[in-house]
Formats: sequence, C-alpha cells, structure tokens
Amino acid sequence: MTDISPDTGTGNRFDWTAPAYRERVRKRRRGETWLRIAGLVSISLAIGFLLLMLVSLATTGYKAFTQTHVTLAVKLDPEQIRSDNIAGSNWRQIMQATLAEMFPDLDTAGLREVRGILSDGAQFMVRDRVVADPSLIGTTLNITVPVSDPFDQLNKGGIDRNTPEANRRLNDAQIAAFDKLVEQGLISTPFNWALFRNADSRFPELAGLKGAFIGSIYLLLVCFAIALPVGIGAAIYLEEFAPKNRFSDLIEININNLAAVPSVVFGLLALAVFLNYFGLMRGSPLVGGLTLALMSLPTIIIATRASLKAVPPSIREAALGIGASRQQVVFHHVLPLAMPGIMTGTIIAMAQAIGETAPLLLIGMNAFITAAPSTPFESATTLPTQIFIWADSPERGFVSRTSAAILVLLAILVMLNGAAIWLRRRFERRW
Amino acid sequence: MKSIHLTASVLAFAAATAMPAFARDQIRIVGSSTVFPYTQAVAEEFANHGGAAPVVESTGTGGGMQIFCGGVGADHPDLTGASRAMKKSEYELCVQNGVTDITEALIGYDGLAIAVNRKNETDWDLTLEQVYKALAAKVPVDGALVDNPYKKWSDIDPSLPDIAIIAYGPPPTSGTRDAFVELAMHKGCEATDYAKALKEAGDKDAYKKFVDEDCSRMRQDGPFIEAGENDNLIVQRLEADPNAVGIFGYSFLYENLDKLKDVKINGVEANQDTIASFEYPIARPLYFYVKNAHRGVIPGLNEFIMEYASKNALGAGGYLSERGLVVLAEDKLAEVQAALTNAVNMAPPEK
Repeated sequence: MTDISPDTGTGNRFDWTAPAYRERVRKRRRGETWLRIAGLVSISLAIGFLLLMLVSLATTGYKAFTQTHVTLAVKLDPEQIRSDNIAGSNWRQIMQATLAEMFPDLDTAGLREVRGILSDGAQFMVRDRVVADPSLIGTTLNITVPVSDPFDQLNKGGIDRNTPEANRRLNDAQIAAFDKLVEQGLISTPFNWALFRNADSRFPELAGLKGAFIGSIYLLLVCFAIALPVGIGAAIYLEEFAPKNRFSDLIEININNLAAVPSVVFGLLALAVFLNYFGLMRGSPLVGGLTLALMSLPTIIIATRASLKAVPPSIREAALGIGASRQQVVFHHVLPLAMPGIMTGTIIAMAQAIGETAPLLLIGMNAFITAAPSTPFESATTLPTQIFIWADSPERGFVSRTSAAILVLLAILVMLNGAAIWLRRRFERRW
Repeated sequence: MKSIHLTASVLAFAAATAMPAFARDQIRIVGSSTVFPYTQAVAEEFANHGGAAPVVESTGTGGGMQIFCGGVGADHPDLTGASRAMKKSEYELCVQNGVTDITEALIGYDGLAIAVNRKNETDWDLTLEQVYKALAAKVPVDGALVDNPYKKWSDIDPSLPDIAIIAYGPPPTSGTRDAFVELAMHKGCEATDYAKALKEAGDKDAYKKFVDEDCSRMRQDGPFIEAGENDNLIVQRLEADPNAVGIFGYSFLYENLDKLKDVKINGVEANQDTIASFEYPIARPLYFYVKNAHRGVIPGLNEFIMEYASKNALGAGGYLSERGLVVLAEDKLAEVQAALTNAVNMAPPEK
C-alpha cells in the first residue's frame, strides 16, 4: 500500500476542474434553470389570465353594486287613494303628480319627458309602504326610490353628454331635469341592495339575484341530500365489501368514465327521464338537484373511495382483532377517520354543481320569474342561469349586472373551496 | 350518517308524492327569444298588480312550439311566443296531441337591423342584392355560380367603401338567422340576374332547389362570423371594430343608438314607422299563441292575456313600444283584442 501517493487521493482521482466536467455541470444547471423559468412562466400566465378576467369583470361589474336613487316627497292625498282598495289606486298618477310638483316650470309635454326618471318599480314601493301602514294617507311620505336605468347610466358616466341629442338615450330636457335634481341634492348613489333583495326584473335597476340565490340553495340541498348518502354508500360497498372480480372492475371503470361525461349529457337524460317520463315540474330546483346529483355522484364516490383507502389497514385489523363486525369496523372506525377527505370531495363536487349551467338550460331553469321560489317544487333560476339570462338582455344596465353576478358567484365558489381547504387542514390525520 | 339517510329518504318521498298533484297557479310561457323581452315585460306588470309571477322561458320559436303542442294539462305551457306564424306541421302536432283550440295573436313587428359603429364615416346604404353578394357562400359571377370571391365591399360595387367585408351575425340555431336568410338573403338572391334567368328557364324544381340551397348558405370563408346567440356580444364587437357590420334584432339597435348607426336597406332606414309599414324590407311579424283549453283552468290566464293585449302594453306609447316593439295600427289591435276576448280559434295554417 505504499504506492498510494498523495496525488491519487480522493480529490485527484477525478479531475473536478477538467473543462469537460465543468461543461457537464453547467449543462445540468442550465437544464434546471430552464425548468424553473418554464414553471414560473406557466404560473405567471395562469395568474395573468385570472387577473385579466377578474379585472375585466370588476371594471364592468363595480358599477352594478351602487344604484342611483332619488328622494321624493310623495303627497298621499286621501282623495286619490281609494280607502277600500289601497293597492288598486292609481299610483302611477300619484307619482306623476309628485314629479309635477318637483318641476313646477315644466308644461305637460316637458313633464312627459321627465316621467322616465323614476323607475317603474317606484310606484309599487310607495304602494307597498302605504298598504303596510294605511295611517300614512293624508301625510307626505319621504321616500328614496331608484331612478330608471338610462338615468342611472347618466349618473355613472355611461351616457356621453357630448353625443348628438338624436343618438343619445336621453334628450337634453331629460338631462337638464336630472341635473336640477342633482343640484337640489335629491340624487344619491347608495349600495345596490336590490341586487341581493329582489328577484329578477326586466328593469335593470330592480333586478336582483334573490330568486337565483334561493333557487341555487334549494338545488344544492336536493343535490347534497341525494348525492352524499348514495355516493358514500356506493363507495363503502365497493371499497369494503364488494368482492374484487371482473364485475366490480367493470363498475369501477364506469364510475371513472361517468366523472368525465360532459354535463350537458346529464341534462338530456334529465329531460327524457325526470321531465318527460316522470312528469316532474319543468325548471324546478328538485329536477335540477336530481340532475346535478347524478353529475356529482362519480366525484363523490371517487373521493370517498380514496379517503377510505387512505385509512391504514392496522386500524381495521385492530378493530377486527378485538371482535368488531365488518359493519362496526366501517361505521365506528374507518368512516369517521375518512370523513374529512369525504367532506372535501363533497364540497368540491358541490362547488362544481353550483356553477353548472348547461344541463340546467335543457330542463328549463333559465326562465324569467319575478318572484323567488317558496318550495323546491316551483320553477326557479340558479345563479349561473341568471347570469345567462342577463347576458342576453338588451338594456345597458344588464351589462354591468352580468359582471356583478359573476363576481358574486365567484365569491361563493372561493368560499366553498376555502371551506374545503380549511376542513382538510383542520381534520386531516397523517399516519 | 343516520340522520342524513333519513333526510334523503324523506325528501325523495316528498318528491314522489308531491309532484303528481298538478294544480299549478303560475302561468307558464315558452317560445321565441325575440318575443321573450316583451312577454317578460307583461309578466312583470302582471305580477306587480298582484298576479302570481308567470314563468317565462326563452326556448326559440321552434322549441316553444314543440313544448306548447305537447298536450293539454298543467304540465304543458299555456302560451308560446313566435317570431313567425305557426307552421302547418306544428299545428298538426298540436292537433295530434289534443291541442285543438288555439288563438293566434299578432302582437307587433320586429325588424332585423344591420348596424355599424357610429365612428364609421360612410353613409351606408345597401340593396338586398349587395347584402346577399357580401354574405352568401356562392354567388353568380358572369353567369356561373362560384364560391364567393368578394373580399371588400368595393369589389361588389365600386360605390361601396373600400374596406374588408366583416359581418357578425346570428348562428343557424337562432330564429333571427332563419328570418335573416328568408327575408334578406332569399330576396337579395332572387334579385340577381342569374336567378331571374334561371326562373325564366322555367324549371320550377331547379329554381326552388337553387333558392333553398344556394341562396340560404352563408359564407364560411371568414367575412361572415357567427357570433353566438348573444346579441350584446355583437354590439361589443362592433364597438371595437368600426369597419364591421352586425346583424341583430332592432331592439338591440334601439338600445344602442348612441354607439351604433343603422345601415339603410334600399335607401330605407330601420325605425318604428318603416318596420310597421314593411317599407323596411327585413321586417317580420311577432305572435303569441294561447291554449284555450287552459283558459279558466289556470288561474289568472285570462287576466294575463288581457293585460298583454291591452292598449297600455301593445298600444302606441305602451310599455312594450318602450322596449323596442314596433306596435300594431289601432284597428289591427282592436281585431286582436276581439279575437282574444272571444277565444276565436285559429284556422289551420296552409303551409
């Protein structure tokens, strides 16, 4: 061993400084840098597109979160209100008289021009106040009502005053009248509660999401109540009890396949089965919920099976070892431990269901209804179908309301997905 | 777990028992997307005056007829809107399913507007023949039918502007597209010398085939762009591109007159008067159809129909004209009201 010279030690057996080796190291590092850059670029692209979408929605949608209102002093003249039938009085005329008093210097033709300032819903707001409290008759009611969509657009800068009068939605007289109200301090632009408190309307200033909210909630309840027990039941059987043979393989393949079937197919199925065969109510959240339950079942089954599989076999064996039956093992030990994973999968399936549109269009959940449904058996709309209806309406005000509704839907989705992450973090157990 | 199972079964049971009890207190309306905004307006007015809010669904004219003619009873709609008269085949389907008593109500007219951005400085005035030549898949050139060679408007007629042809229009599934093909493309096609020569040649079947096929096909090589069912999208595209023209219902032009201007057809501009008089050539009637067997059974249906046909709604200055409907003359409106009041059944359509 004397022939080992210091030069042949570990350091020098391989020449680390040789140009060929350096070149190889550089190449490897370059490869890694490129991979990192590619990753960063794809992430930034994804974030960029998301931001683009959010910014374009926010820039058109923010206008819909406020609504121009005008404060009126309505004289409730007992002679004009029929005491036997308050609701049936001529409220249109009462509102017109109120406007006439606000613009004393206008003649009849001029008044006709400014009548359009008030939203069509204003007269019904006054009517409902008086019906609720008949003692108001004879007094002057100070009430703040929305202005109609063209004037709302004017106030928010949506109508260019420099456009020639003939091409404008509002003529000079109407703009002058509105400016006069602004000078008197009667115009205000509060938060648009109507967007959440009202059901749909053909007037943008009155249209809201209440009907769609309630429709979506009913639909999710039905979907949840059916998809969850059926999905968990199917998953438990397949995972814990079913014999592993060709037949169960076939079922598994089919379930995985179903998860990838386009949602519109479920809509056609629902149209044929639930509507045409069973004759359930067209456009009701019940039918919508049943349809979406079919659609979320595969997702829930797959998520449940995955979380059941993740429970360590030692727990099953320990329970079996102390004499528990198969059923006790599943319900006392495995299922509770798998629950966080199941809930996460379910919430993600529900988030998918709340944003689903195509099958709902086929079963008529895109109807125009000015009242929120009171049961899941009545026709209703849902948030995405409401967006669909608004996007197709000619009035200018619906453009911003469409974006606003999308923002609301996105907020709900963020909350649902946030809940899924929270559940996972909070209850997840690692073995 | 147990409680969830329980809720599910209770719900399923409730569903199974509650549904067959059909009594319906809401009016159900289907039909044309063109008539939809007007029906919406009447439905809202009706609900504001204390009626149960009607359910109005936009299914397209043909889809609406299918559902409407499905039968009599609470699970079939009471009214359908149509942007053309009921076809013979649809009437037969109705009769076959026991829907024999139908009243037809003409509610007004709708024009199809061709519009451009106001920034475009040309004073557009096209003939239908020029529209056909700009948008058809095949056009006659020097006596032979060839793939549309025109890329610029000035290629069609030197008096037209020297800009590329870009037209946004409705897709084939839309009633608006059907109307456009029938009212603009066919008429423009029939006005060409080629079509006239073919007609004079006397072969009726060949001529019919020519109109049905060659005159109906829109070009697919780029200048005609199908913009989806959403007319607002077409409006936005026109705002972005001052050289593009768009094809959509008149109510969308009416709502956007500050940004868009009308393309005159044969020198006639689209407005309420020219559409009502059919002087503007791309105009069509709008209808709704009532199932008379449901009147007196579905609560509020009679009141709803009367509200629809009232002067307040359909008359000049009524709230439907505010939405862009081109209204009927007064004597016509009186006829419609009389037919609805007396539930006069329509005669079977001839074609």
